[in-house]
Amino acid sequence: MSGRRIKSAPDLEKLRQEVISKRDPKKTRVAICAGTGCLALGAQKVITTFKEELKKQGLEDTVEIRETGCPGFCEKGTIIVIYPEGFYYLQVQPGDVPEIVEETLIEKKLVERLLYTDSVTNEKAIYETEIPFYKTQMRLLIGDNINIDPKKIEDYIALGGYSALAKVLSEMSPEEVIEEVKRANLRGRGGGGFPAGRKWGTTRNAPGEPKYVIVNCDEGDPGAFMDRALMEGNPHSVIEGLIIGAYAIGACEGYIYVREEYPLAVENTSIAIEQARDYGLLGRDIMGSGFDFDVKIFRGAGAFVSGESSALMSSLEGKVGAPKPKYIHTSVKGLWNKPTNLNNVETWANVPLIINKGADWFTSIGTERSTGTKIFSLVGKVNNTGLVEVPMGITLREIIYNIGGGIPGNKKFKAVQTGGPSGGCIPEGFIDTPVDFDELTKLGSMMGSGGMIVMDEETCMVDVARYFTDFLVDESCGKCVPCREGLERMSEILTDICEGEGKEGDIELLEELAVVMMDASMCALGRTAPNPVLTTIQYFRDEYDAHIEEKKCPAHVCKALIEYYIEAEKCTGCLACLKPCPEGAISGEKEEVHTINPEKCSKCGICYDTCKFDAVIIR
Amino acid sequence: MKKMTINGIVTQVEDYWSILEACRFYGIDIPSLCYHDGLSPGGICRLCVVEIGKGERAKLVTSCNYPVEDGLVVRTHSERVIRARKMLVELLLARCPSSKTLQDLAAKMGVQRVRFKVKNENCILCGLCVRMCAEQMGARAIGFAGRGINRRVTPPFDIKSEVCRKCGACMYVCPVCQLRCQGPEPPNVVCGACMNVEPVCLQDNEDVMCYLDTCGWCFKVKPVSLKKKSVYGKEKMEGG
Ligand SMILES: Cc1cc2nc3c(=O)[nH]c(=O)nc-3n(C[C@H](O)[C@H](O)[C@H](O)COP(=O)(O)O)c2cc1C
Ligand code: SF4
Ligand code: SF4
Repeated sequence: MSGRRIKSAPDLEKLRQEVISKRDPKKTRVAICAGTGCLALGAQKVITTFKEELKKQGLEDTVEIRETGCPGFCEKGTIIVIYPEGFYYLQVQPGDVPEIVEETLIEKKLVERLLYTDSVTNEKAIYETEIPFYKTQMRLLIGDNINIDPKKIEDYIALGGYSALAKVLSEMSPEEVIEEVKRANLRGRGGGGFPAGRKWGTTRNAPGEPKYVIVNCDEGDPGAFMDRALMEGNPHSVIEGLIIGAYAIGACEGYIYVREEYPLAVENTSIAIEQARDYGLLGRDIMGSGFDFDVKIFRGAGAFVSGESSALMSSLEGKVGAPKPKYIHTSVKGLWNKPTNLNNVETWANVPLIINKGADWFTSIGTERSTGTKIFSLVGKVNNTGLVEVPMGITLREIIYNIGGGIPGNKKFKAVQTGGPSGGCIPEGFIDTPVDFDELTKLGSMMGSGGMIVMDEETCMVDVARYFTDFLVDESCGKCVPCREGLERMSEILTDICEGEGKEGDIELLEELAVVMMDASMCALGRTAPNPVLTTIQYFRDEYDAHIEEKKCPAHVCKALIEYYIEAEKCTGCLACLKPCPEGAISGEKEEVHTINPEKCSKCGICYDTCKFDAVIIR
Repeated sequence: MKKMTINGIVTQVEDYWSILEACRFYGIDIPSLCYHDGLSPGGICRLCVVEIGKGERAKLVTSCNYPVEDGLVVRTHSERVIRARKMLVELLLARCPSSKTLQDLAAKMGVQRVRFKVKNENCILCGLCVRMCAEQMGARAIGFAGRGINRRVTPPFDIKSEVCRKCGACMYVCPVCQLRCQGPEPPNVVCGACMNVEPVCLQDNEDVMCYLDTCGWCFKVKPVSLKKKSVYGKEKMEGG
């Protein structure tokens, strides 16, 4: 408890100066990522080892340890950055800590092996700005994560935090705030890309009191974690955006809907709310402006469909998190039938930036119809995986090759799936497409919440379509017929195709089914669910045909359609594959050609991996 | 009153109506399974979809829960609508071919094949029983459990409900409980043979053997020959 309430804009500035004046910019500071990704890689141990080591060396008072949010390069965790120099160390293990303390903190020398090394040129990078993964990025939202201990509001305030709120409360009318957000053309980052300013206006003007504002941090897309990184790493930026939105809309109550699977996000956000309340940034008479607003955290049970607006509100009301069959927007009749404005975490986090730097600055970033930056979670068959924040309009190629470092193992790029489970697969021919809301939709995919899964030539596109369809079969709420029955049938047909049971007419039936699901489903889950199937049919139809007509899987993925075979010319008769084969399917004598009995073979692929002479082939 | 266009005809409708109520008032037949006059609309079966709007912005909405609006342009039988309805019936039939209601709908709409594997479930999850129990009987003895393909209707915790009065209202509204006719041939996935083709029953029997509504749609009346007074009495007359 600070016991100090911020009573005005100048008061906030005074506090900021106080916080800064207590800090010595020359003091050595070790920022250690304590986000979920790095924690999973052992960051906690690194942190405790650091503390012990500093104690041993008597450096406790001269070196500050800051446990920060996620800087995005999760694959290379644990990440630590040493200030004031800004040395960037990757993949730090607890065992490296004594050396870092000795060499870098005391001797001011680099520990070379912890620096980023380019896999092609072998060049080392010392600073963040030199690492190719970060070079092309524009990290307006997650850039501060490494500088902030999310459990300390002072860290956020020191970086100018809550100054946008102060500006809004002291200088702007609610209408002016909405106008500014409209002019910035901020579009929802949670999937639909709906203009936030317009939605705010609708809720503001809708009849009914009280009005509510909600943060959607359900983030159910497999492989997506940008909302988690923001909520964990910089919760105040989201809360500040939310308070500004509440002021503009005229809401006095807000909720942050976080999925139960994000305990650290819940913890950090709870602490953030407490601290904001202590400083009078939440609660009654915020910053002496007379505006009252408070916010609660609600933990969702973690169903994908709960992220849909009406389902999320049902869940908040204590009911089953399933979409409601209604044609009235939640912005007019939402939570408890009151006007409710729901936005995604990232949408809210953009608001303070827009207020501070202005709509003109914001629209100068990105494309004409998609302004600002977007965070993507770049995963799959790409060298650098992690969170990537880029200005909209950058091409897929730049993201995958410049930032992602290309495809591992010199394999060929095949497709990238964007937009989460109900997004589409974009083939190589469109890799120079600029990434924004409208361009992705044109290709049959979507921005979604920003998932980006890269696939190489060893991916079977029918199998991919089946994978996403199966995910949605599990996640559909099951209320309406087209989605529930349609998805199950889609999965059935795709499974048949993958198992060599595909028949003529299957593709046409899939398409027919898809059109009806998109037309007649109740919520956006069912309406977008056919995207993976439709885009793979559109761009990779020959692969479907090969499965159905020739009973072959060109990518050698579908087990029912492949055969392991030993090429006589290459087989040296070394016996190496005989023993590991779990089925005893391989026969042969020493120095004689071995053969696989296809009847017995379970297609596990062990022989393929074992053979040193590449004699085992898949056909 | 509100003014809207249904199938090109300008109509006056009550403010509180849904599109479905308006259409039915004007005698336009829109199929539905999960709708019941006495219950809140379910919006679940999606069979009552209609097309609203024009051009790029045209879309399908369920008429049972879409409120009427001034200037709304509604098409109840556009190609897009019929395509959706037929597919929905095919999907439901594959799930539950034993339902007479579904078979009749299929027959009426010309759904003559089912391209999916047949499941033989005994519930289409329309939720009429759940709403009936809650809204009319005030009991709430049954509800939905499970998600997605595991969704089912059951009393709480799958144990016999204490609040159930065994009134049977749930069974009364169920569109599946009423079994399809057994017909002269063993049941196949799509029945409705009597409606789609010339009745087979009449080749071997004197009466229509499926007990559909007595619409007689299927019975193509043959011209009565003056010489032979009755079609059915043919043999007797000639013999006698
Ligand atoms: C099945 C489904 C899941 C969704 N999941 C999320 C989610 O996890 N997070 C999110 O912000 N929006 C999600 N949405 C989108 C929300 O319905 C809503 O459009 C969004 O939160 C609005 O915020 P925005 O305008 O800032 O994007 C989902 C939508 C659907 C249909
Ligand atoms: S579309 Fe799917 S998820 Fe949405 S209401 Fe229908 S069944 Fe539920
Ligand atoms: S794929 Fe597996 S089961 Fe088949 S021959 Fe090779 S090792 Fe044996």
